[in-house]
Amino acid sequence: MLLNSLLMTGNEAAAYAVKQSDVDLITAYPITPQTTIVEKLAEYVGRGDVKAAMVLIESEHSALSACIGASAAGARVFTATSSQGLAYMHEVMYVASGLRLPIVMAVANRALSAPINIHCDHSDIMGSRDSGWVQVFCEDPQDVYDNVVKAFRLAEDPRVLLPVAVNFNGFTTSHSCEPVAVLPDEEVRRFLPRRERHRLSYDEPMTIGGFALPDAYFESKVEQEKALRAAGRVFTEVEELYPNSESKRGAIHAEWTGGRVKLICMGDVAGSLRHFVKTQRLQDIFDVLSVRLFRPFPRRRLIELLNDAELVVVMDRSLSPGAVSPPLVSEVKSALYDAGFRVPVWSVVYGLGGKPVTLRKIGRLLGEAERGVREREARSRRILLR
Amino acid sequence: MVSRLDELVGFEPLSPGHSACAGCGAMIAVRQVLLAVPQPYIVVNATGCVEVVTTQYPNTAWRVPYVHVAFENAAAVASGIEAALRVLKEKGLARDHRVVVIAGDGGTADIGLQALSGALERRHSFLYVCYDNEAYMNTGIQRSSLTPHGAWTSTTPFGKAGPKKDLIAFAVSHGVPYAATASPYFWKDLANKVRKALTFDGPTFLHVLAPCNRGWRFDPSLTMRIAKLAVETRYFPLYEVEEGKYRINYFVSRPRPLEEFLRLQERFSYLLRPENAHLLEELKREVEARWEGLVRLAGS
Ligand SMILES: Cc1ncc(C[n+]2csc(CCOP(=O)(O)OP(=O)(O)O)c2C)c(N)n1
Ligand SMILES: [Mg+2]
Repeated sequence: MLLNSLLMTGNEAAAYAVKQSDVDLITAYPITPQTTIVEKLAEYVGRGDVKAAMVLIESEHSALSACIGASAAGARVFTATSSQGLAYMHEVMYVASGLRLPIVMAVANRALSAPINIHCDHSDIMGSRDSGWVQVFCEDPQDVYDNVVKAFRLAEDPRVLLPVAVNFNGFTTSHSCEPVAVLPDEEVRRFLPRRERHRLSYDEPMTIGGFALPDAYFESKVEQEKALRAAGRVFTEVEELYPNSESKRGAIHAEWTGGRVKLICMGDVAGSLRHFVKTQRLQDIFDVLSVRLFRPFPRRRLIELLNDAELVVVMDRSLSPGAVSPPLVSEVKSALYDAGFRVPVWSVVYGLGGKPVTLRKIGRLLGEAERGVREREARSRRILLR
Repeated sequence: MVSRLDELVGFEPLSPGHSACAGCGAMIAVRQVLLAVPQPYIVVNATGCVEVVTTQYPNTAWRVPYVHVAFENAAAVASGIEAALRVLKEKGLARDHRVVVIAGDGGTADIGLQALSGALERRHSFLYVCYDNEAYMNTGIQRSSLTPHGAWTSTTPFGKAGPKKDLIAFAVSHGVPYAATASPYFWKDLANKVRKALTFDGPTFLHVLAPCNRGWRFDPSLTMRIAKLAVETRYFPLYEVEEGKYRINYFVSRPRPLEEFLRLQERFSYLLRPENAHLLEELKREVEARWEGLVRLAGS
């Protein structure tokens, strides 16, 4: 298939994917660094490139609420936000997943106030990590494009029917230009067929959003979690079916395996880590494992990849104040424990509020890790990569 | 124009057996409103009494498509439905439905005000019905901004201070084509307002008084009497605003004394104590001022 390559920022890639996905309703509220997505979409809709209702709404809470209403009416919908906007949506995120609505949302990740800060970290989405959404992380604009298109298919799969949040780093991905291979419009259309599902309609009146007493509530939440777990398998299927096979990166993206030290991360830092390891020719020592599917967490795949680990270094871009460990390393440690696997795990917190991750810092960290594994240091450690 | 009851009663959107209290004014109001709405339509409901008494899983009292999302966002949910249906219809993926929002005074005048303002300003086509039982009844009778001056609620044990918000003025300030008040006692007036509202393109707004015997503390048999007295004492005037023009639908030239309305409700017992005569005076002044303001606006 002939793919067109376009120079796009992450935000433009998201908007372009939405443009091709035959969405019916778009609504979003401006917030840096997400804003240019809606601006671009407003242009597409205004020009008639997309046949969608563009609801320029008064808040993020309402943006997601309107998506919920539209999705319940049978529409394919999209919204996007960051940081405070995502926090503002928090309440209705649980409703979107609880009502099993296949909404797709782009999240250009940004730090949360206070202090107010517009730069990237993952504390926004981590605050909603238990909201029952499928949560995908992207490494670059190409990944953003592919994941947004795939997200519609994944969300609307009858085994899933859940909202999907496509996360990518604010500015370093949302505003960085890279060539993006885009599919022809018809290919995307074919990849995203319309499917029947529950919806508000006179022909078959349905009550959506009733209240449940404890027994029914418990059962409905268990069923909802089953669907979220099923999304892990469907994620892999969707990647297989996606017309551009080059974009298949997996729930955990490992460009190579075999190193003794496993560096686990999410988002575009994977690129910096790979760059460093490759240019220093350290592939025998370090694997870079980029978690692209955070919910449901691909624990089996992770354990496979950690099979030969002597040291695991997990990079978190948010804190979980007062917790045993930050979010990503918590997942990794739980998965290891359940697998009966005892290996030292270092917890690294980096990049809060957009603090840059320089190659020098990476070099220092990897140097320490190399020493750690050479000297068979068995301790787990906590590192702040300032 | 609806003038006879048999012109109204056709398809019952709500089945019997829901769990509202006997004599619930809100359920009577909602039933009356929906009987006047031609099918097909979708009901969007905010969290509150009406939602709770009609949707206990695995049952539902709704024979029409119904969605409840949360407390403060019914207008936003309706915006999404209305906007989506337009596009889906064009694409041949759905049929046309009217959208009717049902929300309490709390879900409308307090926590839902922002979403409502946004939706009115964007001119989505829907009928928004606020059933006003003058407090947060679902959570146990706490005051709202539509609780009247001097009324007891569980958070205003010594009477609420200050008047009700003017919801119609709020809606009118957004330039809605049609806004009106209604009382379930005057069911013809109510039904005709619903019918009329639905003839406009754009958002329309109905503010319906919904006596609540639990919260207002009266005998369940008195709901309709209180709904009548509210109007006849000028406490809750019936009027409409069409394209900015005010019209009083029931001109109360000789109002009954306000006490007739107040005395039936224990929530006003504090206000009616002799030592609180000043509070009663304030409420009366407020009711009169509201009426006079309305008469001025209606130019009658
Ligand atoms: C964000 C949020 N805050 C508070 C509540 C709790 N709550 C549920 S219903 C309600 C009061 C509803 O009052 P109103 O809108 O007047 O409806 P009514 O119960 O009187 O019918 C409150 C406070 C909630 N569900 N959501
Ligand atoms: Mg109320």
